[in-house]
Amino acid sequence: MVQTVRIRHGVRAALPLAVAPFLFGAAFGVLALDAGFGAVGAVAMSATTFAGSAQFAAATILDDGGGVVAAIVAALLLNARYVPFSLAVAPIFPGSRRRRAVESQLIVDESWALAGRSGRFEYGVLLGAGALLYVLWVGGTALGTLAGDLLDPEAIGLDAAFPALFLALLAPYLRERRALVTALVAAAITIVLLPFAPPGVPIVAASLASLIGLRR
Amino acid sequence: MTWVVIAVVGVVTMVFKASGPVMLGTRELPPRVASVVEVLAPAMLAALVVTQTVGGDHEIVLDERVAGLAAGGIAVWLRAPLLAVMVVAAATAALIRLF
Repeated sequence: MVQTVRIRHGVRAALPLAVAPFLFGAAFGVLALDAGFGAVGAVAMSATTFAGSAQFAAATILDDGGGVVAAIVAALLLNARYVPFSLAVAPIFPGSRRRRAVESQLIVDESWALAGRSGRFEYGVLLGAGALLYVLWVGGTALGTLAGDLLDPEAIGLDAAFPALFLALLAPYLRERRALVTALVAAAITIVLLPFAPPGVPIVAASLASLIGLRR
Repeated sequence: MTWVVIAVVGVVTMVFKASGPVMLGTRELPPRVASVVEVLAPAMLAALVVTQTVGGDHEIVLDERVAGLAAGGIAVWLRAPLLAVMVVAAATAALIRLF
């Protein structure tokens, strides 16, 4: 009962974001068709991988004539951040191991960040936000393969909305000194590595900043 | 061959996402590990802000996203709600792109 309420909170929390995954999903559908995925392949990837940047990277590489291995490596490097994300939210998942494995598939940047907005992760919010984003992402992909581009997400500035969202969700943590230092170190690691490391690697390396937590 | 990409990326990503809840479960973490996990969230959020603002392919790209983030940052500072923060950032970037 209480959980249902929390899940509804999660759905409501993610509603303001709803337009973006839908439009980006459609854009992915169009790109995936170009790259030779076929409509079924495009939807299958959105339904199983459910992570925008990795899907765009894989489809772009194949579309540009790059190899299968290059596409896989690029996508998996981008998604490697889900290991630290997943470790951070691990304690909130109840139930059997199988149930945890299934429900954790709703972890995506935005649902994960929204679930932690009160300073500690909330299970219901993660499920509610994740489920809404999942439906929109897969639905948007399907529509994109059928109807083509709906509206260029960048024309309405949606690519700038996401860093602002993550900044807003980061802000409450910054009142605590250790979290502030960790965030600054993580940002520094990311900036230094961006020009050299393959996409995805800087974020994973930034997780090392959390070792600051060892200091008391 | 695209199905190989779809299958491998899908399966491995699922394993990445499930790794925490499946390996750690609900058991209590040792205090030292718990204090590392505790600051993982701000570290990862900060990294996301950076990559999504200036991230490119092996380069730092300064474009309209930076202006959008700056405007969004002011909205955050003024304690605007999430939706307002996103709208301010998006509108700023979109307007600059228009001109």
